[in-house]
Amino acid sequence: MIPVTLIGGYLGAGKTTLINTLLRHADGQRIAVLVNEFGALPIDADLIEAEGDQLISISGGCVCCSFGDDLAGGLRDLSALDPAPDHIVIEASGVALPGSVMATVSLVDGVAANATVVLADAATTTALLADPFLSDTVERQLTDADRIVVTKTDVAEHAVTRAVMSTLSQRWPEAEIVASDQGPAATILLAPSAPKTPVTVPHAVDDIHDSFELELPLLTQTGDLEAALAGLGSSLLRAKGFARTTQGDCYVVQAVGQTIEIAPGADQGPARLVVITRKGAIGKTDLDARFADLAGPTAENTTQVQR
Amino acid sequence: MPDITLFRARRILTMNPNRPVVDHVAVRGGRILGAGTLDELTGWGDHRLDDRFADKVLMPGFVEGHAHAMEGTLWTKTYCGYFDRMDPGGKVWPGLKTLEAILDRLAQAESRLKDPDTPLSGWQLDPIYMDNLRVSRHDLDRVSSTRPIGVMHASGHIMNVNSKALELAGMLKPGINHPGIPLGNDGMPTGELKGPEVMMPVGVHVGFGRSFTDSDEQGLKDFARLCVRTGTTTITDLAARLEEDTVNMMLRVTGAEDFPARLVAFQFFMGLTPEALIERVNALRPRSTDRLRMTGIKVIADGSIQGFSARLRDPGYYNGAPNGLWYIAPEQMLEIYNRALRAGILVHTHTNGDQATELVLQHLETALRQFPSPNHRFTLQHAQMTDAAQFRKARNLGLCTNLFTNHLFYWGDEHYRLTVGPERAERMNACRSALDAGVPLAIHSDAPVTPLGPLFTAWCAVNRISASGRVLGEAQRISVAEALHAITLGAAYTLHMDGEVGSIEAGKKADFAVLEEDPTEVTPADLKDVPVWGTVQGGRVFAAADQ
Repeated sequence: MIPVTLIGGYLGAGKTTLINTLLRHADGQRIAVLVNEFGALPIDADLIEAEGDQLISISGGCVCCSFGDDLAGGLRDLSALDPAPDHIVIEASGVALPGSVMATVSLVDGVAANATVVLADAATTTALLADPFLSDTVERQLTDADRIVVTKTDVAEHAVTRAVMSTLSQRWPEAEIVASDQGPAATILLAPSAPKTPVTVPHAVDDIHDSFELELPLLTQTGDLEAALAGLGSSLLRAKGFARTTQGDCYVVQAVGQTIEIAPGADQGPARLVVITRKGAIGKTDLDARFADLAGPTAENTTQVQR
Repeated sequence: MPDITLFRARRILTMNPNRPVVDHVAVRGGRILGAGTLDELTGWGDHRLDDRFADKVLMPGFVEGHAHAMEGTLWTKTYCGYFDRMDPGGKVWPGLKTLEAILDRLAQAESRLKDPDTPLSGWQLDPIYMDNLRVSRHDLDRVSSTRPIGVMHASGHIMNVNSKALELAGMLKPGINHPGIPLGNDGMPTGELKGPEVMMPVGVHVGFGRSFTDSDEQGLKDFARLCVRTGTTTITDLAARLEEDTVNMMLRVTGAEDFPARLVAFQFFMGLTPEALIERVNALRPRSTDRLRMTGIKVIADGSIQGFSARLRDPGYYNGAPNGLWYIAPEQMLEIYNRALRAGILVHTHTNGDQATELVLQHLETALRQFPSPNHRFTLQHAQMTDAAQFRKARNLGLCTNLFTNHLFYWGDEHYRLTVGPERAERMNACRSALDAGVPLAIHSDAPVTPLGPLFTAWCAVNRISASGRVLGEAQRISVAEALHAITLGAAYTLHMDGEVGSIEAGKKADFAVLEEDPTEVTPADLKDVPVWGTVQGGRVFAAADQ
């Protein structure tokens, strides 16, 4: 399996510079770089050995390829090269969302996601996160990152760099955050990352609905579940599932809008619920929290349950 | 044989305020010598009287300022849309209202394919009209389980394929984990593919490969046949990848004596650096001919509103969907504007959401300070959510706008219900606001997204009625006269061509729409039903019946 690392981040963050540094110090690793279009050639002229229509040969056995709008095809072509590359690096465009790009990697045999690395320019990131046009795009990029690399720390003032790194680690505590001068490019970019929570696969969902699958804890009383569903208000479109109580009773759960029906039913195995909401109406974390609360108090203090 | 032809018509609506209605027009060498009375025009010399249009109404040939030549090419595939639609040969394909009807038509097309390996391709599927029906691979397998089948949605962003197609693409297996590939209860893909990253690898197996957006020779000819049928004499191909082979083909095809339209091809911005973009257009411009102009650049800023990929300002999407995608970084847009203004090259920018429009307004203002250009005519394309304040700013900056009025009919209900909500749906494609602010106005179909048909587009601007019959914002309606201006001189102005087409007067190109009725005399509700006999383009007569 060829590892695939995605390098993302807004325009000017330094993706091209860092990738060229990586190629310069590839140390015998055969690195294949995939870019969206050959529009702005991302390889320094002195590194280029030969330029074809589809493929650029780079000194040290590395190559660069453009994939147009067929990333899966580009990955397949690279993995079919002989000899095969040791590592594939995808340079995402400045406005691309890394999560969407990386999802394509799972479609191709023979390659596997290694890390999603997002670059953040120390001098401009704070302003970008407040920019009326770009803030949500940059936030989504950083949210998709396994590793955030803060660049241009040599030119930014120490205080600025520290402030940025602090902001990043507070807002994105799950990401590994490093400065670009903290180590060699190969380590910073290509080191594997701990796999993040896998993408929730939509169960035949579309652009206007979100669909969540939850495990339900054992309920003390079904009224708690009913209240939790009612608490979603107009965000809830449908819910369907199966609940169990601490007494071992089984219930079938059906909700359509504000109409909630929890009725005794046959045993269907582990308690779970599928919840369908309007798109964006509620986040997974929030939803998890509301239903985790249902686990309720222990047997000793059931009388204190308030409804 | 005299080289002057005097056409007589029941009425000629010139769109020239100096003499708005005449009954004769004199043509020589593809140009208008004059429009007026028989007496006035005989003064030009020996002429031949042509009274085949004696009972017809002539207007300036319609100008479609936002369409794609791909409309021609798509008709080689099977039409699966909800609404009736006319093909280049003039056949009206009935709209398909149920899944069964769609599968039926696909099955008929399938039975006509000789080679068992030829893919079956359908287009214009639009589930929103069928209660958001979800088509699965099992449904398409009923048409054929051995031949790969792919059906493109009207949005261009979703495709449905059958099991064979998935198998050929190596995706008919469990364990796929991608937000664009919904899974069924069996853990396998349902056959619905959302987004270009997943459509592309499967698309190649079902007739929707990389180059399906480029027009080929037959597609270009069919595109032109549709022009004759709709009274269109000047039309844009607004996102062309003008590679050398394609340019040579287009020059040859448009140069043919019987090619009935004037094509204005804009170089698509993607894949080229801003510098290379300017170089490319500078190299193409001098190769332009009367019937093929290659003089402009097309930029795309965001996605589509109904696809939730347009960029909106607060309060965002009505149903709470997250904001959409940028297709270009702001800095890149500014650089393109700077270079284009300096080189004197026209740029049209697609902006669907109002935040995307706002970005263009800001960046063009910056660019104009550095390169003041009083006559630039850069155009906001679609600009569906532009509000009055933005239109005023657009006017101050010298921007034109080409509004997507057809959307009011085809997606008006969706916008009202789901995407932008009732209040903003009522001011989408705000023609009245644009005109009141003094912004030069054009209106369009974006064919093949909606069918080519300037009179229908004008009908949408005048009536603002959705497919369900809801009126979307009476206050934004414009008059028939204003709408007819938008589909002639208005559109011509956005292309720097208002001096040569768009009205019937001395010196302009002899481009006419030949109609059976007078569009200013029918009730506004019937504007879309005015029958088109054909066109005169560059002085040559083209009957729809002959196409």
